[in-house]
Amino acid sequence: MTIATSLVRRVRWRWWEIAFWLLAFGAVLLPAGHHLILNQIAILALFALSLDLILGYAGIVSLGHAAFFGLGAYAAGLLAKSVIAEPLAGLGLAMLVAAALGFATSFLVLRGSDLTRLMVTLGVASVLHELANALSDLTGGADGLQGVVMGSVLGFFPFDLYGRTAYAYSVSVLFALTMIARVIVHSPFGLSLMAIRRNRLRASAVGVPVNGRLIAAYTVAAAFAGAAGALLAQTTAFVSLEFFDFNRSADVLLVLVIGGAGWLYGGILGAVLFQGLQDAIAGLTPEYWQFWIGLFLVVFVMIGRERMAVGLRGLWTGIRT
Amino acid sequence: MTAALETRGLARRFGGLIATRDVSFTLERGARHALIGPNGAGKTTFINLLTGMLAPTAGQVLLAGEDVTRLAPEARVRRGLARTFQINQLFGELTPLETLALAVGERLGQGARWVRPLGGDRMVGEIESVARRFGLIDVLDGRTDTLPYGKQRLLEIAVAFACKPQVLLLDEPAAGVPEEERRDILDAISALPQDVSVLLIEHDMDLVFSFAQRISVLVDGGLLVEDEPAAIASDPRVRAVYLGEAGRG
Repeated sequence: MTIATSLVRRVRWRWWEIAFWLLAFGAVLLPAGHHLILNQIAILALFALSLDLILGYAGIVSLGHAAFFGLGAYAAGLLAKSVIAEPLAGLGLAMLVAAALGFATSFLVLRGSDLTRLMVTLGVASVLHELANALSDLTGGADGLQGVVMGSVLGFFPFDLYGRTAYAYSVSVLFALTMIARVIVHSPFGLSLMAIRRNRLRASAVGVPVNGRLIAAYTVAAAFAGAAGALLAQTTAFVSLEFFDFNRSADVLLVLVIGGAGWLYGGILGAVLFQGLQDAIAGLTPEYWQFWIGLFLVVFVMIGRERMAVGLRGLWTGIRT
Repeated sequence: MTAALETRGLARRFGGLIATRDVSFTLERGARHALIGPNGAGKTTFINLLTGMLAPTAGQVLLAGEDVTRLAPEARVRRGLARTFQINQLFGELTPLETLALAVGERLGQGARWVRPLGGDRMVGEIESVARRFGLIDVLDGRTDTLPYGKQRLLEIAVAFACKPQVLLLDEPAAGVPEEERRDILDAISALPQDVSVLLIEHDMDLVFSFAQRISVLVDGGLLVEDEPAAIASDPRVRAVYLGEAGRG
């Protein structure tokens, strides 16, 4: 195999990627009743993809990724409430504002250990949470941002009660941003991020300007998280302080761990499994679902994804023979 | 003609410990120079000062006559100063191909580019020539951490070489390599192009004396002596502090 073909092979589309997107878009046509949950999954997937860019690719751990999610949500909600109701405008604004915050706070995560980064990111999210609480004239404070009325997407597709438009909108944005992320991770820039995560010392020894790359990655990831927040704000026509919650930052980390960090579809797979699991368990035991989720996570982490995959593969070959 | 690399009064203290003591050192263009010294003499600290991974307490580093003392490591790499590491510093989960593509891409100024994938004739050509030079052409596609140790050591040098250095610092390139793979490393080192100035830091006296045209001896962070190999081998001070310990008479 020549070098050129090896390089091209890294970028090639796999059959399951195409199948996945066909299914995801096909799900728009499902009978009413499924789209609200699918919308949640698509948004969670986008949020996890955003975290993957910094955690899985650049190696920056964060327990405060909800800062960008919440900021994007408030930006989109406020724009819809007071200026323009068309959602794509709000999506754009949310990404810009979140990117600006990402850029500004990226300097805090350049140095230090993982523990420092966890604390710093957690701190940034708490600060935003309290700011949103304090600026209650603007944000509605603890009551949340009331009276958001969303317009039709592009002026043509009004949001419906069953969430069909909402899901179609969210999955389209997820697709578009995943494609952008796909280009990024396969580019020389993406390769330099992977190198920094694995060995920062060596990366700088081959001429990679480590800090500059981390700032860029953190900024882009923040914009993606802002987009996810905007989607949730727009499709539910509501924003509240809990968009900034620690739980949200922690959940998205779990989603990524379940799906696999450092892999473009890890966030999406994780979101499907996490939301599906949560739904299934909540259906069985509405009171104790958190117990089962917790237990599952402990077992999952102890066994490890790779061993689980090997086990499943073994089971599969066992069934076939 | 200015020296390829020069230090003036370079010093580094760690608290009360003086790791580098007023080192003024010159690496001529096209040099095959070795730096030796007993364990703890400060060889690796000296390399870290040269490459910018540590900041000196005092003194200057000049690369091709220009003061680079305040430049970050990556900026020095772009100006043609590359190094290898005594303990492999590779990207275990990436392939050798990706590793070389990273180095070549950064040198071609493509590293910040994110809209187009890796590739292009120039990158492919350079990766191929480096891979052939270091005998890595057949192992480019596997994970780096599954390579035999000798191949990993070769990749360690190849990555540095892919940065197209004017000055190449080799930090114990043959350390820990099994006997049957050693030959490949020695061959690769002796086949380095003449216009690359090489500073070799090594414990292995056979390698030092077969490779170097000049030798500097570092003791307790300071330069003890610098001379041709034959003179170093017979220098009584060097025998006393170093060669005696290493068991070579």
